[in-house]
Amino acid sequence: MNLFIIFLSAAIINNYVLVQFLGICPFVGVSKKVGPALSMGMATTFVMTLSASVAWLINHYILAANGGMLEFLQIVAFILVIASLVQLVEMFIKKMSKPLYDALGIFLPLITTNCAIMGVALNLVSKEYGFIESVVFGIAAGIGFTVAIVLMAGIREELELADVPVHFKGAPITMIIAGCLALAFMGFAGMI
Amino acid sequence: MDYTSVIYAVLSMGGIGLFFALMLTLADKKLKVEEDPRVAQIDELLPGANCGACGLPGCGACAEAMVSGAVLATACPVCDEESQHDIAKLLGVEVEAGERSVAVVLCQGGHSNVVQKADYEGVATCLGVSLVSGGDKACEYGCLGQGDCVDVCKFDAIYIGEEGLPIVDRKKCTGCGACEKVCPRNIIEMHKLSHHVFVLCNNHDKGAAAKKACKTACIGCSICVKKDESGGFSMNNFCATVDHEKYGSTMELPTDKCPTNAIVTVGKEDEK
Repeated sequence: MNLFIIFLSAAIINNYVLVQFLGICPFVGVSKKVGPALSMGMATTFVMTLSASVAWLINHYILAANGGMLEFLQIVAFILVIASLVQLVEMFIKKMSKPLYDALGIFLPLITTNCAIMGVALNLVSKEYGFIESVVFGIAAGIGFTVAIVLMAGIREELELADVPVHFKGAPITMIIAGCLALAFMGFAGMI
Repeated sequence: MDYTSVIYAVLSMGGIGLFFALMLTLADKKLKVEEDPRVAQIDELLPGANCGACGLPGCGACAEAMVSGAVLATACPVCDEESQHDIAKLLGVEVEAGERSVAVVLCQGGHSNVVQKADYEGVATCLGVSLVSGGDKACEYGCLGQGDCVDVCKFDAIYIGEEGLPIVDRKKCTGCGACEKVCPRNIIEMHKLSHHVFVLCNNHDKGAAAKKACKTACIGCSICVKKDESGGFSMNNFCATVDHEKYGSTMELPTDKCPTNAIVTVGKEDEK
């Protein structure tokens, strides 16, 4: 039951993009079409899950050991982990599917700077989750991110055919839509 | 002072870093992608400004397209002759030097020529001024002088002069077209280096109105159209334009034919 609540909380109720406003760069940058958006979401989920697990391991066995002597190194260590994992994912995608690699473009290495991933790592430390809980937390956060970005991509695809006033085209209407989505997700607050 | 935490910190961070470095090195070997080495070589030869003049998103994309054959070896209008030669050699194609285009500002409505009709206070960009009541100058087709073209130029080839008009450095200009795209009045046009005679006016108002707005406006009198034998001048809604294909690049029209001196010879002093 506890795992289910963690999953629901990270994915929907405290959605990292629409409620906590982290990871907005890829959210706006890759959400032009549903295809790349879904792939970006999955890549981010993969990185989030892996980095959540490795971050937990490093925090538990190295940083929090000896009475939390090295806790001040959390951010540095997590950055190391996240950057390396993103490099790995980039190499993997480049090998497996070059068209996907080209479609994601610069936004793939930009996953490193996605503050949602850092947010996941730091949150699971502050909430003092165990290992399994951290993994579930990472997966859920990634799925929540994917849901948000795919929603946005679907809306933006429809927006291409809509009659947007000329001065709202592009960034302005995107921001407004993102705000509407965030408002909608606020409806989930207090569910658990 | 307690040094154990420092030592542990250094050791642990170093250890983690080393572990990931090893893992990434291994992964690099296993996940290697075969890439044509020419792509990297051509990328080196291209200017690296990522200006988009070739129509592709960046020099890296252009290099790839050149190697795969999607674009010609001459796709980059901005790189210099030497690099163009090297690129052509790498790709094994013959290339003859094309002529460079540079930006030309088709307006003489600077401070001493145009009538200022209002004081503008607001966002100091040409786009901003152009949205408010047709701008702060009496001519609603002319240059606004806020420098959007200067901001967008990646090659430092354009600057606002004393008259409040942009001046193009024809040596530095690479013809990428960024200033042309950004000008809200569409005053800047790309023309070949060898084209020298231009009607430096964009004003489509009738004669009296145009003259009231600016001293050097084209009033649509058609003297140039009638007098020029090559037929290179034509009238476009009370504003003359030059068709350089018809006019030819070496003829010079004496500027006293035009009653408002709207026709100007540009860039001849650069050629020796």
